[in-house]
Formats: sequence, C-alpha cells, structure tokens
Amino acid sequence: MSSAAEASNRRLLRARDAMDRRYAEPLDVPTLARIAHVSEAHFIRTFRATFGETPNRYLQRRRVERAMFLLRSTDRSVTDICMDVGFSSLGTFSRVFRDVVGEPPSMYRRRGPLPAVPTCFAMAWSRPSSFGEASGTSTSLPS
Amino acid sequence: MLTAITITQIYVPDQDAALDFYVGKLGFEVQSDMNFGPMRWLTVNLPGQPDRAVLLEKPGAPSMSEENAAQVREAISKGVAGGHLFFACDDAYKTHAELKEKGVEITEEPVDQPYGIDFGLRDPFGNHIRIAQMKQP
Repeated sequence: MSSAAEASNRRLLRARDAMDRRYAEPLDVPTLARIAHVSEAHFIRTFRATFGETPNRYLQRRRVERAMFLLRSTDRSVTDICMDVGFSSLGTFSRVFRDVVGEPPSMYRRRGPLPAVPTCFAMAWSRPSSFGEASGTSTSLPS
Repeated sequence: MLTAITITQIYVPDQDAALDFYVGKLGFEVQSDMNFGPMRWLTVNLPGQPDRAVLLEKPGAPSMSEENAAQVREAISKGVAGGHLFFACDDAYKTHAELKEKGVEITEEPVDQPYGIDFGLRDPFGNHIRIAQMKQP
C-alpha cells in the first residue's frame, strides 16, 4: 500500500463519513466526488474498489440502517421514516429495505424496541459496512 | 488485582504528523519520546493526567513486517483499524467550535444524547475520536 493509495483511501473515507452524517440530505455523486477531490467517474470506481460497493449502494444501506433504528425506537410512520432517512419514494425505500434486511419495514418493526446504547456504538455496530445483505437476495441494484 | 489503565495504544502512520494533531490541535502533552533504534516510543497525555497515556505507535519493524505494516496503514486510511479514542470535556459545543476553528475534521456535529452531548471526528490518518460532555448520573 503506497502513501498515494492511503491518501486516496483517506479522501474516499471523508466522502463516506459525509454519507454517514448527511444521509438525510439529497446527496448526489457530484457532491460526494467534490468532497473526495476526484472526478465523478473516478469517484465511483475507486470507492467501489476501496469499500467493496458503489457510493450509491453504501448510501442506500446507511439510510436503511438509520430506518431500522427509527422503526424500532420511535412510533413514526413508515412513510415518515422513509422521508426522514433521505428516500424520496416509498416504493424505492420498501424495495431497498427488503433487499438489505430481508423483510419489509413493517415486519421488521414488530421485532420491538431497541435497548438503549450510546449512539456511537450503535452507529459502529449497525453502520452499513458491518451488516451484510439479506441472504439470497440480489445485490445488483441499479447504481 | 489490576488497578488502572495506564497506556492505550493507537496506530499512526506518521508520528510527527500525529504530534501536530494530538498535541497541536487536541491539546495533549508529550509524556515520553524515546528512540529505541527502529522504534520510537511516543506517548502523550492530557494536561493534569500524567497517569493515563496514549501510545502513538507507528506500524512497522520490529513488531511487524513491512507487508503487515502496509495492511495496517491501509486499514487506518479506510477507517477500519479500530483505533477509537473517547474523551470527556466540560463544554461540547465550545470544544467543537474550537476544534473546527483549528481545521479538525468533524465527522458528526454535537448531538444531545441521553448520556451527554457528544460529537465525532477523525485524526489525520483515519482513526475515530469521540468527545462527550457527559451528563451527571
């Protein structure tokens, strides 16, 4: 690993941190590529090579992870939570949620409330890189 | 019977840059800076807390091969090396503003949590740091 590669990773991590922080905003690839100081095409390619998935997929999974938290810790409606975490379409939210988690949001909610843990730990444990895709589902969503 | 945690270790790829950050920006003091041939033993502590140090260790010889060191550096730069540090402060909003002013990379703005107000940042290499103003129990 050269120091140039480390510097590239570090810039991509900055963009990924931005997704972790600003998932509720309508983030797009041009915005994220600017944070990483690279072109859009280069950003998508190197992000995927570095973190194993496209930036779009990472952002989707970050939003789903936040939705999982809200479903089990609040009584907000599924539609409100869909909007809270940055999805603009309930259809897309439901499809992506089921794809990642393996069950629809309403069914997932029936698992009941979450225990209270410090948010930083909850984030570390539940952030996208730490939980897998639902088994048997496709990971080849358009991105 | 163990009585205290005295030294916590994190990996830093560049110890001089680490000093710039941990001493120059976060306000640590150098506790020891000793050169043992291939290894530089570098610890820092917070002012008034000499019994609790952070070892800023450069991955490499003699404890690991250059191949392993490269893997560790790669992990740090991706934010997956696990070098988390957690600190307490008196005033989270003020500390956050001061660090932001110094150009520190904030990853999460201060949030009022059940246990206190806290925010997140990264060191220049990718290690994760969390600073909290804890609520009284």
